[in-house]
Amino acid sequence: MSLSKIKLRINGKEIEAEVEPRKLLVHFLREDMGLTGTHVGCDTSNCGACTVLLDGRAVKSCTMLAVQADGREVTTIEGISSGDDMHPLQKAFIEKHGLQCGYCTSGMILTSFWLLSKNNNPTEEEIRKAISGNLCRCTGYQSIVESIKYGAQLMKEEEKGEQEIRVR
Amino acid sequence: MHPSSFEYFAPKSMEEAIGLLTKFGEDAKIMAGGQSLIPLLKLRMASFPYVIDISRIEGLDYIEEKGKFLEIGALTTMIEIEDSELIKERYRILREAAVQIADPLVRNRGTIGGNISHGDPSNDMPAVIIALDGKLEITGKQGKKVIDADSFITDSFTTVLQEGEIMSKIMIPVFDGSSGGCYIKQKKNAGDFSVAAIAVHLSIDKEDRVRRAGIGLTSVGPRPLRAEKGERFLEGKRINDSVAREAANIIVSESDPTSDFYGSADYKKKVLNRIAVEAINTSYERAMVR
Ligand SMILES: Cc1cc2nc3c(=O)[nH]c(=O)nc-3n(C[C@H](O)[C@H](O)[C@H](O)COP(=O)(O)OP(=O)(O)OC[C@H]3O[C@@H](n4cnc5c(N)ncnc54)[C@H](O)[C@@H]3O)c2cc1C
Ligand code: FES
Ligand code: FES
Repeated sequence: MSLSKIKLRINGKEIEAEVEPRKLLVHFLREDMGLTGTHVGCDTSNCGACTVLLDGRAVKSCTMLAVQADGREVTTIEGISSGDDMHPLQKAFIEKHGLQCGYCTSGMILTSFWLLSKNNNPTEEEIRKAISGNLCRCTGYQSIVESIKYGAQLMKEEEKGEQEIRVR
Repeated sequence: MHPSSFEYFAPKSMEEAIGLLTKFGEDAKIMAGGQSLIPLLKLRMASFPYVIDISRIEGLDYIEEKGKFLEIGALTTMIEIEDSELIKERYRILREAAVQIADPLVRNRGTIGGNISHGDPSNDMPAVIIALDGKLEITGKQGKKVIDADSFITDSFTTVLQEGEIMSKIMIPVFDGSSGGCYIKQKKNAGDFSVAAIAVHLSIDKEDRVRRAGIGLTSVGPRPLRAEKGERFLEGKRINDSVAREAANIIVSESDPTSDFYGSADYKKKVLNRIAVEAINTSYERAMVR
């Protein structure tokens, strides 16, 4: 069994590792890196519980090899907050009850993060289409859609606040 | 689940990739976005001693009009097709198909070259490229060759690709002003493969008659099909609802669906009939806008 050397950034940190080529990115993140916020919800690449950002784009980390992330930047749910300060999307999911069991939540939030990075004012339809690869067995989606809308609003307010601080 | 072990190579150039593919022959498997391949490896429905990841080859990721063709590099992702301004403005049918493939997470990695090369009769891109009279550029040891897209997939999961060959480019004749088309996909759930789907592309002449019809079918045969008799029937005619209905019956007679998880063969034919009528009418309306 030959190992491949990889070098990548995970949540802003430079990582060097040796992996078996067959190792899926999700297992590398969970088992080798201890980043268990990324979940595995299926065997068939359908559920999106494993969603992470690869160079800023939301992808299924169970449908990618760890070696394919060589030289890339990976962001997991652990990487979007700063310390104890939650990301506005995380706050929004709590406030608008965007989760029940929470299994789908990290994937939902990372997909929303990607959506909002392309389009900071999405319509309800755009939100629903964006999360069509993320399955939730609990909420019925309505509260997730509300959370993402609210998260978008919070992000804009935060941005505005930062600009005001800079002006001062 | 974990794939079985393999050796992994990520060549940076076409030459290097072709060299590896030639060296390992049947034991080697090309991987692009991995969105069809990795699910198979994970479930151990397939395994290969050598995986040649072509996604790091430079210069296979572009969308541009060049002379008579719209050229799309094989490594272009579905999301790039979806987000392309050129495609949004001028090649609507490609976007219409792209946004109906899987879900955005899969489309962020899945490539157009992989979608076609997989040879899956349920994959959506082949029928569209067939309807558009597209061509495919294949690069191998001997250099490049260009073939008609409708001769590429010969059976379920089987293509004309030989050892050491890579599909490098998709070429679509540039649309003229008087053409229009659409892709209609009937599916059960969001993100699913289709029960049946149809791509129609019509070019019309000054008298509003169909000059050229292109029709491609998804999920209703052992491979993506061209509905040739349907095309011939439409050519020379002005479209109205009864012409569209007659054409749909012909198109259905050219299909060859099997009963499976997505529905019975009979049901698929009924679905195909309905979406064929709609696709012909819609394409004609779009072509008439000029
Ligand atoms: C949950 C889910 C839902 C899906 N739903 C749909 C759907 O509704 N419609 C649809 O069309 N597809 C669907 N797909 C498949 C998806 O679109 C794949 O991305 C696509 O079929 C393959 O592209 P890829 O780049 O990921 O190819 P890979 O998985 O890397 O490769 C696929 C095959 O093509 C070969 N190959 C790849 N690139 C080349 C090349 N340039 N030259 C020669 N051979 C090559 C590989 O050897 C392999 O045999 C779905 C996938 C998933 C996981
Ligand atoms: S674990 Fe279900 S899609 Fe990745
Ligand atoms: S909150 Fe339980 S799966 Fe979504």
